Amino acid sequence: MNAAMLGLTAACATVAVGLLFFILGYLVYQGASSLNVAFFTRLPAPVGEAGGGMVNAIIGSAKLLTLAALVGIPVGFLAGVYIAEYSSRRTAILLRYTGDLLNGVPSIVIGILAYSLVVLPMGHFSTIAGGIALGIMMVPITVRGTEEFLRAVPPSLREASLALGARRWVTIARVVVPAASRGIFTTMALGLARVAGETAPLLFTALNNRYWSHGWTEPTASLPVMIYTYATSPYDDWIRQAWAAALVLVAVVLAANVGGRLLLSPRRTAAR
Amino acid sequence: MRVRHVQAPVPIAEPPARRESAPAAGAVRPPRISARDVSVFYGETQALDHVSLEVAANRVTALIGPSGCGKSTFLRTLNRMNDIVPRMRVTGRVLLDGADVYARGVDVVQLRRRVGMVFQRSNPFPKSIFENVAYGIRINRLAGSRSNLHDRVEQSLRRAALWGEVRDRLHHSALELSGGQQQRLCIARALAVEPEIVLMDEPASALDPIATQRIEELIYDLKREYTIVIVTHNMQQAARVSDATAFFWLGRLVEFGATEVLFTNPRERLTNDYVTGRFG
Repeated sequence: MNAAMLGLTAACATVAVGLLFFILGYLVYQGASSLNVAFFTRLPAPVGEAGGGMVNAIIGSAKLLTLAALVGIPVGFLAGVYIAEYSSRRTAILLRYTGDLLNGVPSIVIGILAYSLVVLPMGHFSTIAGGIALGIMMVPITVRGTEEFLRAVPPSLREASLALGARRWVTIARVVVPAASRGIFTTMALGLARVAGETAPLLFTALNNRYWSHGWTEPTASLPVMIYTYATSPYDDWIRQAWAAALVLVAVVLAANVGGRLLLSPRRTAAR
Repeated sequence: MRVRHVQAPVPIAEPPARRESAPAAGAVRPPRISARDVSVFYGETQALDHVSLEVAANRVTALIGPSGCGKSTFLRTLNRMNDIVPRMRVTGRVLLDGADVYARGVDVVQLRRRVGMVFQRSNPFPKSIFENVAYGIRINRLAGSRSNLHDRVEQSLRRAALWGEVRDRLHHSALELSGGQQQRLCIARALAVEPEIVLMDEPASALDPIATQRIEELIYDLKREYTIVIVTHNMQQAARVSDATAFFWLGRLVEFGATEVLFTNPRERLTNDYVTGRFG
């Protein structure tokens, strides 16, 4: 019985870990052949023509993520500082719970919100609308991460600073936040990696674009929406390119995750 | 964010001449700190009960007593570090050079610059050795130039008897130092803002005997320039480093006087039992 249990759990653990490698392997198998210089440098080819690339979607995703960071990180970070450093315990519990609820709101709902608050007033789809939708998703992730890493800073450091005649905000800005900075940066990187793959909130905010999106007020292509569009198309070449785009997206997300973990690893504790 | 303003100590109405408790032995000048009927409450719990005592200038005053007797609480009322504890309440008065530190309008930031503190567990910032000492100088804008900053850091490290050990690695992490070195770094950091009084909360309790001895020698040297109040539950240490000793018991000040008298010929039976090791 014990052996059976051991075998079953070990098998499931193997499956759980193996899924990641299966996905990676399958993506490489399906997408690697379409990964070439053109993929990163050319616009999508007209319908019916083979070749072309997704440079507009790569740049579009980068622009969307930049906006998401500009919207989500300041609000989330400062809210996290408030919860960890200023609020009373009861307020903190309330705010933390509210943040968790916001984190649990389905991303499609965030998309509708951005649609009605940004797209409808502007009268058209835009990079801004998509960036705001992703930015809203960044907020609770950043709040939670900031708060957790600030709380992990020993109270004795705050005391040391206060005892030297530092005001509270000086203590927070110059001792507490720097001590937690690596963790907070990691949180932000993981948050961006997480929203980089979001498709639903972009479907009716940033929409899609087969051409360059100029400025911030035009609809834009993005990797996730391109994958959706190409993968569901009837053209073999598009489907292969969807696999390639998926491979690129997963590679970026994995790189952000691994990079974030490395930044946090205990070996790198050298003080600045 | 409030504008930083330098605030003169608020004068108190009452002349500081009235002495309610006996001055420490050897005190010829007026006391630097004079606590009058100080009681401290944490919520419903009373941690200190009408404590009055005076701290003489350029002397080491030791606060001794068993755990939970209120000695650390008393120490923390002197620079208002207790303010950060929720539901803390102080009654009575703490006079620093005659001015009540709990008076309305007193700027705790100015107070803590004058009354520095060293904690039980060394708590260097996760920054370089140099930056640890420079921190207080920077935030209080004490140095006019980069070279002046460097001079002040060096001087503070020398005063804390650490300079020779760290001069070649000022920009290494403070966390690479040994426990005793970290504690001396924390003393250097406290001295860098040029306090007049240094409070020490069991500064050697986490250190080995050799590191402890170095700290004690340092305390002895420092009293020429500073007034020192030290909490310790090590009675030998109190006897070695201090000029005056206060014995706390259950939130009350049982006895206060010259250290040699308190250890050899105490007035109170309770003090005698404690210093001879019958309890505690």
